[in-house]
Amino acid sequence: MNSLFEYVLRLGDDSLILGHRLSEWCGHGPILEEDIAMTNISLDLVGQATSLLGYAGELEGKGRDADALAFLRFDRDYKNVLLVEQPNGDFGMTMLRQFFFDAYRKPLFEKLQHSTDKHLAAIAEKSLKETKYHLKHSSEWVIRLGDGTEESNARIQDSLNTLWRYTNELFFTDEVDAELVEKGIVPSLQEIQNEWNATVTAVLTEATLTIPTNNWKQEGGRKGLHSEHLGYILAELQYMQRAYPNMQW
Amino acid sequence: MVTENDIWGYLEEVADPEIPVLTVVDLGVIRAVRLENDQCFITITPTYSGCPAMKMIEEQIIEKLNEKGIPNVSVDLVLAPAWTTDWISESGKAKLLEYGIAPPENEVDKSVLFSEPTVVPCPKCGSRNTRMVSLFGSTACKAHYQCNECLEPYDYFKCLK
Repeated sequence: MNSLFEYVLRLGDDSLILGHRLSEWCGHGPILEEDIAMTNISLDLVGQATSLLGYAGELEGKGRDADALAFLRFDRDYKNVLLVEQPNGDFGMTMLRQFFFDAYRKPLFEKLQHSTDKHLAAIAEKSLKETKYHLKHSSEWVIRLGDGTEESNARIQDSLNTLWRYTNELFFTDEVDAELVEKGIVPSLQEIQNEWNATVTAVLTEATLTIPTNNWKQEGGRKGLHSEHLGYILAELQYMQRAYPNMQW
Repeated sequence: MVTENDIWGYLEEVADPEIPVLTVVDLGVIRAVRLENDQCFITITPTYSGCPAMKMIEEQIIEKLNEKGIPNVSVDLVLAPAWTTDWISESGKAKLLEYGIAPPENEVDKSVLFSEPTVVPCPKCGSRNTRMVSLFGSTACKAHYQCNECLEPYDYFKCLK
């Protein structure tokens, strides 16, 4: 197996699917500023996906570019974590999902920007600057809503109870990671998880939210086994290329 | 005989599509210019990963140089070193201010939770009594501010380091 291809594909799919999810808020944000913020973040993520999937295509060496990977694969070939394909829910749920993701991506990119793989390091260095803004935005909203009114607290606590089961998959590891960690190309996810735990505990505590004690966790995305939601995302995402093959914007 | 310096001069005529008051040279996205025989190589870098203007910038560069009698132009996109607002020229910052966009201030790391927003003087009246409305503005590179004195709403070209 081409481990680096698989690894970069996973990162690219996370960005692509979350970017697409966030774009669904375009024109539907609770206030104009947040509508703009979510679409800005979506744009950053889709941009990162373009860089990552473009590089994945090069690593694969079969002539597939970023567009071919984004638009012309079947659901089982997408390797994003289940968290990013979960429905937007209300604004609080979207912010919480974003926060879990940003708190994982920031330390990951901090390490990856020093990767011995120069191309991956360059993408990470670029993306890290954007991710810092995303994390600041999402974590502040989690605190504001958790430590807000009775209603906002109850609703985001519900979202927390729903999304918590998907967080562990961010740290899913298999032979792909093992090989690259051993070669010193990517960091061990254990380090990233420790930092994630610290950030999440601090923010959720500040937000007066209760971390669920039920530790049952759902995974499968990294192996291509998705929740039913991904199919609906792909139906929309891929429609133009499927209906009008090779059409250009 | 065209020189690399001439090319830099021609690129001063290519405006940024989103902020037309800046040239692509002012913005700092031109990383290298190289002439080899009759082939011209330009290296550019994006401001943000998803910046939708990059494709247009590339096309405008080619069009401008063709117009100047340089037929063979190739534009290459690089990600590293990553673009920073430090690369916006001093004249670029002055042009931004005149245009009504507050240029980047020297900021501390943005990862700090609930840190006090950067004080950004109003580009219209110069007051420092202003407030940040949103960290995200009309494009990826801007935040949205408002002046508490003259009430001017304005864009701030946020610091990226």
